[in-house]
Amino acid sequence: MLRQIEGSRAVAETVALCRPEVVCAYPISPQTHIIEAVGAMVKEGTLAPCEYINVESEFAAMSVAIGASATGARSYTATASQGLLYMIEAVYNAAGLGLPIVMTLANRAIGAPINIWNDHSDAMAVRDSGWIQLFAETNQEAADLHVQAFRLAEELSVPVMVCMDGFILTHAVEGVDILDQATVDAFLPPYEPRQVLDPADPVSIGAMVGPEAFEEVRYLAHLRQLDALERIPVIATEFEELTGRASGGLVRAYRTEDAEIIIVALGSVLGTIKDAVDIRRELGERVGVVGITSFRPFPGDAVREALSGASQIVVLEKAFSVGFGGVLSTDVAMSMQGEQYVMRNVVAGLGGRSITRRALEALIADAVRGDLPALTFLDLDHDAVDRERDRMAKTRRSGPSAENLLRDRGALSSSYPRSES
Amino acid sequence: MTTQPVHFYQIGSFAVGNRLLSDDERTVQSSPNRANSIDSGHRACQGCGEALGARYALDAAMRSSGGQIVAVNATGCLEVFSTPYPETSWRIPWLHSLFGNAPAVATGVAAALRVKGLHDVRVVAQAGDGGTVDIGFGCLSGMFERNDDVLFICYDNEGYMNTGVQRSAATPPAARTATTDVVGPEPGNVFGQGKDLPRIAMARDIPYVATATVADLHDLEQKVERAMSMRGARYLHVLVPCPLGWGSASSETIHIARLAKETGLFPVFEAHNGVVTDVAKIRRQVPVQEYLSIQRRYAHLFGKKPRPDIVARIQTIADQNIARYGLVEPASSDQEVHV
Amino acid sequence: MLQVRIHGRGGQGVVTAAEILSVAAFAEGRHAQAFPSFGSERTGAPVVSYCRIDDVPIRTREPVMEPDSVIVQDVTLIHQVDLFSGLSNEGYVLINTSRSFSELGFDDHFRAFAQDRLLTCPATEIALEHVGRPLPNAALLGGFAAFTGEITLDAIRQAILDRFEGVVGERNAAAATAAFEFVINAKEELAHASTN
Repeated sequence: MLRQIEGSRAVAETVALCRPEVVCAYPISPQTHIIEAVGAMVKEGTLAPCEYINVESEFAAMSVAIGASATGARSYTATASQGLLYMIEAVYNAAGLGLPIVMTLANRAIGAPINIWNDHSDAMAVRDSGWIQLFAETNQEAADLHVQAFRLAEELSVPVMVCMDGFILTHAVEGVDILDQATVDAFLPPYEPRQVLDPADPVSIGAMVGPEAFEEVRYLAHLRQLDALERIPVIATEFEELTGRASGGLVRAYRTEDAEIIIVALGSVLGTIKDAVDIRRELGERVGVVGITSFRPFPGDAVREALSGASQIVVLEKAFSVGFGGVLSTDVAMSMQGEQYVMRNVVAGLGGRSITRRALEALIADAVRGDLPALTFLDLDHDAVDRERDRMAKTRRSGPSAENLLRDRGALSSSYPRSES
Repeated sequence: MTTQPVHFYQIGSFAVGNRLLSDDERTVQSSPNRANSIDSGHRACQGCGEALGARYALDAAMRSSGGQIVAVNATGCLEVFSTPYPETSWRIPWLHSLFGNAPAVATGVAAALRVKGLHDVRVVAQAGDGGTVDIGFGCLSGMFERNDDVLFICYDNEGYMNTGVQRSAATPPAARTATTDVVGPEPGNVFGQGKDLPRIAMARDIPYVATATVADLHDLEQKVERAMSMRGARYLHVLVPCPLGWGSASSETIHIARLAKETGLFPVFEAHNGVVTDVAKIRRQVPVQEYLSIQRRYAHLFGKKPRPDIVARIQTIADQNIARYGLVEPASSDQEVHV
Repeated sequence: MLQVRIHGRGGQGVVTAAEILSVAAFAEGRHAQAFPSFGSERTGAPVVSYCRIDDVPIRTREPVMEPDSVIVQDVTLIHQVDLFSGLSNEGYVLINTSRSFSELGFDDHFRAFAQDRLLTCPATEIALEHVGRPLPNAALLGGFAAFTGEITLDAIRQAILDRFEGVVGERNAAAATAAFEFVINAKEELAHASTN
């Protein structure tokens, strides 16, 4: 049923429809509304049978999920940013043990400096963990991806995280069609574990593996991710046949057929980019967009195919590798080896800085003119940076940079977007 | 009801038992039908107290539950020597996740069993002292606070032995470890530090807290079985001497564990809902010197430059334990136990 | 697309206002998107929320940079926040106050604006009368409906009743109705004034 609801609520209700058996979570902005809603459903009995555990840390959350999943229960948790890092040992552990846990990652910047707003640095921090990482463009897709995630995870015995932009999606109220129980049940059969702790058939899970076999175990994980590349489009197609809407898949192209310039991005910013692209298209500029939904496994072939024909590829991303450049752009470049094109990397939206349509239009105009540098930090206040560098050069005890920059900025709330005038 | 120390007699086989005992008083270990939860062939050191303690505890848990337990193990000696790739010595369902999360993983296992209606399958979590009092402390506190239905067993060999004998918050004062070397004005581990996990567990008022050593098989098995007869968070702290880390003879493991109890350095007791309900009395208090002098981790207290002052401080600790728990029968009337 | 920006302080229901407006629009068969500019939960701090309404799916996720309409729930923000940033000369401004635009000292700022699109409404007083609490958001939404004609009072009332249960919902809906009527009257007076 189509309802006007908050993204977090849509995700919570959809996760409940997936019949999770053990839910454990530790609160962290901006994921709180999701776990509060699921917790309420368990407490009042609308989600049953389900055990909801209030854990003492994110490390405990993922650990509880590991124990539950290894015992054959469908397990779910959610976190963001600092919480993801706090559980990172267990995140790798879950993937290494092949446990099909599903987790919502409400993308949020990682500190220091502490920042509760959206960017993708958290997802990037675990991109090599062996988890599948799917990025939602809208709240509809965020909800839908959870259903697909449980199916994918359990088929392959690989944990899956659904990434949705913190606040921008989690706290936005918009129209989302929530599936009904029968539809989800038809799509998602009960969990049949590949390995399970059962006194009737004892196994040891989690033994040490030495140099003799470690590479093989890791390679098997690699193969499972490659299997995922095959399964993700199939599952998305099946989902579309069942529900009538396209959600998930590997990549999604928009107006790329004759595009000379293609912008590549992850997540909710794709919506704003499409609006900007439409405006520039009216002016005759041949520009298109490719949204990557499956970030891990990285769909190299699909990306390459979608970008073929473009002479300039602009990768716009909400994360970067400090001292080097983009993360997503590096992956895209790897996929484009041997192709003829120019790549431009734009780092934008860090720590929740708004990515405005006008800024994107200006970006496209620059790209059309060939004026984009190899690496741009969108909307960066160069003056503020220069002032701080001067301070640091002049005195040893220059103080915390973050404080200096904020003091520089003055009394305005830092989350309020600056006008274009 | 204080347990009665039992004398063992060699009965013509390798079974540990006493043929004067009735069947229901015999240990699990005396039965050829015991589960052998951790089977022979593991790679523990000769004389390893932890291997012994784990076998005792898990076989008892298996008998209590009719063979229906799932074990969760933290990283540590037990996990490493019991699963040398490509073998496992576990005959029971067993999960090793990480160093610091055994309590939380066990909580997850218990939740899954509950949601699936498998009420007869029980969860035992086990870790060394490091995985309990240090890195596992956060998760353990959560398990206690939620009263999760897990029996958590800490095998305390008073240090990080698997990684080369480093100090943990369970390492006693003056003990030498690789990170508390016997140099400087305070040789070995310093006084005034450490965590008393049994008392911390009692402060949480969980249904059952008990301490035990590998020197008293009957006592340890009974405590496991008592714990298994209850639901909720239960904590068992077992002293397991480590010949390598303690610098003791491998044949001395049980003797040293007994001395730890008889000196008062390791109080053996039971508590229900935060209140001490039973203690194992010390029949004849042994001076700490007798216990310390047979462990090379305390060698610096004796020999050419002895430190009787440090030994005296350790004796004070033993005396305080005896007073606190009422471990020695007073000459006069009843002594209340204040913890 | 209609873009609305609502300014207020934490605890005044600024976020809820945008949400209710979006629910009302949805009930009328339109696409709507509502979201706050986010910050740590803190009463009294400046808060902004946004609502977009359109007849096609709304894709953009940026904050409302060029509002068609600005609602100000707390007039003390005037010197603290750039309330009217990006507002076009044809834009609607609805300010919660019992004073007039002139009394607020806005004559100069809004000289070039369409004067029949600037309105003040004593929403706090209306809320105190009907709800018993100085929470002006429901009233302002009723006023907004009357002012811009972009949404019906019925839809606003229903969205309020869905959001707040029982008596609380009814009282807030009553406040919305009262503010709606106030604005209708104010508009008529403005129209008379300009024709006279």
